[in-house]
Amino acid sequence: MPDYKWPDMAKRKVMGQRISRLDGPAKSSGRAKYPSDMNPQGLLQGVLLTSPHAHAKIRSINIDAAKAIPGVIGIKTFVQPGAEIQWAGAEIAIVAATTEEIGRDAVRAIKIDWEVLPHVVKEESLAKVGVRAKAAGEQVTGDPEKAFAEADVKLEAEYGIPVITHCCLEPHGNVISWKGNQVDFWPSTQAVSTAATQLATLIGVPAANIKVTCDHMGGGFGSKFPPDSWGVESAKLSKDADGRPVKIFLDRQTELTIAGVRPSHFAKIKIGAKADGTITAWQSDSWSSGGFGGGGMPPIPYVFVNIPNRRNNHAAVSLNAGPQRAWRAPNHPQAAFLTCSALTDLAAKLNMDPLELMNKNAGLTLRAATYQDQLKKAAELIDWKTKYHAPGEGKGTIRRGVGIGVATWGGAGHASKAKCIIHPDGSVEVELGSQDLGTGNRTCITMVAAESLGLPMSAIKVKIGSNEYPASGPSGGSTTIGGVSTSTRKATLNALEKLFEKVAPSLGVPPDQLEAVDSRIQVKGNPNKAMSWKQAAQKLGPSKIEEMGENVPAQAAREGLNTLGAAGVQMAEVEVDTETGIVKMRKMVAVQDCGLVVNPKTAESQVFGACIMSICSALFEERVMDAVTGRVLNPDMEFYKLAGLPDIGEIVVHMDIQEVHDKRGIIGLGEPCAIGGTAAIANAVYNALGVRVPMVPVTPDRVLNALGSKRYA
Amino acid sequence: MSSNNDSEKDKRAQSGFSRRSWLRGAGIGTGVVGAGVLEQEADAQAAPKVMSGEVEIALDINGRKRSVKVEPRTTLLDALRNRMDLTGAKRVCDRGTCGACTVSVNGKIVYGCTMLAVDAVDKKIQTIEGIAPEGQLHPVSAAFVNNDAQQCGYCTPGFVMAAKGFLDRTPNPTQEQVEKGMAGNICRCGTYVGVRKAVLEAAKNYRGGSNA
Repeated sequence: MPDYKWPDMAKRKVMGQRISRLDGPAKSSGRAKYPSDMNPQGLLQGVLLTSPHAHAKIRSINIDAAKAIPGVIGIKTFVQPGAEIQWAGAEIAIVAATTEEIGRDAVRAIKIDWEVLPHVVKEESLAKVGVRAKAAGEQVTGDPEKAFAEADVKLEAEYGIPVITHCCLEPHGNVISWKGNQVDFWPSTQAVSTAATQLATLIGVPAANIKVTCDHMGGGFGSKFPPDSWGVESAKLSKDADGRPVKIFLDRQTELTIAGVRPSHFAKIKIGAKADGTITAWQSDSWSSGGFGGGGMPPIPYVFVNIPNRRNNHAAVSLNAGPQRAWRAPNHPQAAFLTCSALTDLAAKLNMDPLELMNKNAGLTLRAATYQDQLKKAAELIDWKTKYHAPGEGKGTIRRGVGIGVATWGGAGHASKAKCIIHPDGSVEVELGSQDLGTGNRTCITMVAAESLGLPMSAIKVKIGSNEYPASGPSGGSTTIGGVSTSTRKATLNALEKLFEKVAPSLGVPPDQLEAVDSRIQVKGNPNKAMSWKQAAQKLGPSKIEEMGENVPAQAAREGLNTLGAAGVQMAEVEVDTETGIVKMRKMVAVQDCGLVVNPKTAESQVFGACIMSICSALFEERVMDAVTGRVLNPDMEFYKLAGLPDIGEIVVHMDIQEVHDKRGIIGLGEPCAIGGTAAIANAVYNALGVRVPMVPVTPDRVLNALGSKRYA
Repeated sequence: MSSNNDSEKDKRAQSGFSRRSWLRGAGIGTGVVGAGVLEQEADAQAAPKVMSGEVEIALDINGRKRSVKVEPRTTLLDALRNRMDLTGAKRVCDRGTCGACTVSVNGKIVYGCTMLAVDAVDKKIQTIEGIAPEGQLHPVSAAFVNNDAQQCGYCTPGFVMAAKGFLDRTPNPTQEQVEKGMAGNICRCGTYVGVRKAVLEAAKNYRGGSNA
């Protein structure tokens, strides 16, 4: 068996280099084909009808007039008369028509008789949601009552972070063709390998007859895993139309209403500490909603998990609103915001710098030394020493402040299989049923293969984005890079071992004395006893080498190729205009522990992106529900606000690349960098103003309200 | 698009193609409202049962006349994507906010979702597919690759078209001009740091329209 362990940092030739993503040219020239770009012959356009009511019963559905419109090929309903709808935007019917315009006419012609029922769509105030709040358990550790009684200083405060949406730029949807017993499925998905099996169960076609293709996809962030209901119904429409493909992608309003949200989290938090800042007690009464199913307890206290005395209570609030889906680091950004806000406010009560408070209590985290190092590095990069001041200290209408947020995540590799093929002409293919969400996955796989085979990246053809390749896990939870790198490493080295066996006799040494370097197979350390890669491959005769490699999560810790556990610290500096309430980003710093980094260029991009997403949720993003109509008030991109280029300020990313981290193996990066930023920005606003804006996003009205409450308190 | 000249700005606003005036209405970040709502209401009033007939029109796209059947209500974007298989321009917000559908019409940058296909007759339309021959990269596209100004890439063609249009008018931009000039496009993955660098780098390699 080959030695799979990663080459030493200093000896790597490809991994660790800053490589531009391989699909970059296709994307930036507009030629990359996303599922929504597929226009196969005979394509029908699908259009969805959704519920205008947040809570209602359907008395009847009449599709006759819609069916009669020329160009309408088929209509399917998702619900039957008598069904109870629990949120506005719920799927009612789907039309397949020769053009989208005709499909829209047909949707308008469907007549539904509704019995409208009362709804609840807002959860900011726990007192107002009544029976919609369900107690979701109490957790107690130590003796919180006693600890609070003995505490020198107590903080009590309430914070909230609202529901936000994924707002994937490519909406949820697919193109699908179902002819006879064969299905061609082009979904915009984070899970190429599992899509067929899931669709098979839903439509009753063997998974073996379902071909899934997704070369590129326009954003998922956790919301694009299993096939959606509209995928299933579009399949049936295609079948009824004798296999004519049907395209259904949600319009923006529907995308922002039903295609996934991140649950809100609200909490009343109480912390007890000694006068020297040692934290002794925590109590939180939290509530959250991710739609009709409620919302889970946030993992608080976050990062500082070992506060000795704790009491957590949580209530799940059921709303008549679109359902939650996993959102980049589920529940962590909210937990970081709640915890770091409370710690910052506690520091103020103690007359301490929050950086000092966090350092002092680092022993309450699972990785004290790492967090202390990272706090130090981040403080250096943002110049905390110069920029920190007592909360609200400063003069003039424009105030500046700095704040901190912390993060933790797992990120071990998922189950993944890869196949490496070496052809007799020397060409190499690596196949995985994986997907590139824009993370650079395709590029990283190619880098790992090139490193392992001693070849340039251009000599390797990586094939992903189809379920015809060996199964690789869904891309969620930062598990992809560890999984695919490990399976690719093993598949390529297994194939190389076979090649060594073929060429060893010609070089006169046993196969285990050979190595692959600079497109040559040579006796270890001896470039003079060598043959070119091409010559070596010719020894295969007519048959190619095909070898598999696999990442088995249960074995990964022993093998050391990938691992889990990433810490991160982010700091922000903002400028707040106390007259207008507008918050501007000045600077953001992200210090990221990340294990072995395959491609620093794309890795950094992911962290930059996560910082910007944090700016969005700290300052702009919020799904706003209308209590009267029960609908989302801002299901579009002018009122559902995301940051634009002028809103981001300076961003500094520090990937903590050094041997000690590298030796741990590969760790996923997508989630851990997307956690601490919102907290850091909210805390920077507090530092600037000396008054807490208790809810994000920190919009001008909230800033002015908070300032007003201070003035008249 | 940044402009140093007020009268030029006004002219553009009258022509209906001004991305800046749109932005002032749509207001990324700072929250000015207005134009978007009015636009939608106008759509809603115009929409029901009026126009379902197809007409054949000829569009001048990327230097080639192509005939296409559209309905009077079909947007230029939908004509390109649904009826001509030119899918580089993406449909994201579909109401003039995000810039993913950016194309050039008579040399001016336009959101493809805010223009009707029938209004594009007799105008020169350039899409992302037309800025460089297949297999070659336009210098602006190349700068996006070099600076990793893309992740999922769904917003990228719109950004590239907007950047090219911006540089055609502002060949030597400052960073601040780049930020304002690119404010009409939205990215969800958060590629702005790369975009900022890419546009500044492209400004060096791509001198206005001289090598378009």
